[in-house]
Amino acid sequence: MASNEYVVRTKDLSKEFMLGGVPLRALDNVQLDIRRGEYVSIMGPSGSGKSTLFNMIGGLDKPTHGTVFINDVDMAQLDAQELAYLRCRTIGYIFQTFNLIPVMTALENVTLPTVFAGVPTDEGIERGIELLNIVGLGERLHHKPSELSGGQQQRVAIARSLANNPAIILADEPTGNLDLKTGKEIITLLKKLNQEQGVTIISATHDLKMLDVSDRVVWIRDGRIERIEERADLDIKVGEMEGVES
Amino acid sequence: MQEQQHRIERQVHLPLSKAFEIALRNIRIRFGRSMITASGILLGIAFLATVITQIAAQNALNIEVTEELRMRNIWLVTLALLMSTIGITNSMLMSVTERFKEIGTMKCLGALDRFVVTMFILEGMLMGVIASVLGAVVGAGVQLLAIGFGQGWSVIGKLDWGVLTGRLGLCILLGGGLTFLATIAPAYRAAKMPPAAALRVEI
Ligand SMILES: Nc1ncnc2c1ncn2[C@@H]1O[C@H](COP(=O)(O)OP(=O)(O)OP(=O)(O)O)[C@@H](O)[C@H]1O
Ligand SMILES: [Mg+2]
Repeated sequence: MASNEYVVRTKDLSKEFMLGGVPLRALDNVQLDIRRGEYVSIMGPSGSGKSTLFNMIGGLDKPTHGTVFINDVDMAQLDAQELAYLRCRTIGYIFQTFNLIPVMTALENVTLPTVFAGVPTDEGIERGIELLNIVGLGERLHHKPSELSGGQQQRVAIARSLANNPAIILADEPTGNLDLKTGKEIITLLKKLNQEQGVTIISATHDLKMLDVSDRVVWIRDGRIERIEERADLDIKVGEMEGVES
Repeated sequence: MQEQQHRIERQVHLPLSKAFEIALRNIRIRFGRSMITASGILLGIAFLATVITQIAAQNALNIEVTEELRMRNIWLVTLALLMSTIGITNSMLMSVTERFKEIGTMKCLGALDRFVVTMFILEGMLMGVIASVLGAVVGAGVQLLAIGFGQGWSVIGKLDWGVLTGRLGLCILLGGGLTFLATIAPAYRAAKMPPAAALRVEI
């Protein structure tokens, strides 16, 4: 593993959208450094720019100003092939709406990124089965997404995000479409992967359940970082909340 | 460095057979949808084949080609060509547009733009060629039956089969070519979109 401390760094990151001729700043000068192996939650009200930040860090859209560095590489300098390579191997994506390919089975969905990585078919299938077992869907290999529950579909998506052993998992409201209990299971699973496999997790979320497992929480509002809380601050908070509840 | 090179090469070459596999499966699994798309192509080419067969029969019967008949034939062929073009373009545009989200997802998973375009072209061509062949066979077949019953079966024997099959072959080429053009435009546009934009598209 590389010795550099930060997997993701953003510098003066801004994104503007033109809405009816008027520019709207969805992200405004965001500076954010994320350490290798961290579990970071990005919290903020609806419309605060979480998904926009997710898209910038994931190389799914281009910033208007500023830079995103992944493993100290400036993403803007990558050509199409290198960008595809990065999306394929360095980052795993998880979406609120799961975004599985509807015509493919769970196993085929999980195997797809290995196809793009040029992994031989047998090896890819073996890896897919292993990952589906890890997320607890070893019995559902050949089911289509439409035959799975929301929680199960999100597990498939998580398995898929891990297919090429990425350094980073980016999640945009991974529990947004799930009920409380299923949401908790997904969070526990992400935390387990974070601890056992050392994968860095960056998750945009509304879900306060995420606070418990996060190493840091980045609060954003109107496209700006409002404050960043470390684990130590969070423990006090969670303690207080539990104190109030009981 | 060498390993890197090797890897990237594999990333380009290996998925071609995969693209074919996925394209084939897409057609099979969305069979109903594929049939509707394909029948748009089939009908256009069948109409064209009908007109061409009719013209071949006129030639076989040594019917005097008056100016009026010539204009009528040209008009029919033009109409058939327009119908094929619109039918095919419409079918392919729809079938690519309704899958923008899937394209965005594939790009997140590391698909190259080239792969996405290749996949849609293969899928389009498979449908386009099969539907065109069927269209030519059905169109010519129906018209031959009509000629046989209407003007006597002896006419069929007098047809210049070389010319007719040549022209029907051109119909099939045309169907394939139109499908290609009608697929590559939307597929290319979809592949070039930033994945974030493709993922936002809701239909
Ligand atoms: N493609 C786009 N075109 C125009 N405006 C956009 C686009 N994407 C985002 N925006 C705007 O940018 C702002 C931030 O949106 P974003 O989706 O990042 O919010 P969010 O924090 O993810 O919200 P939510 O919690 O509801 O998902 C919003 O005002 C939104 O309307
Ligand atoms: Mg969002």
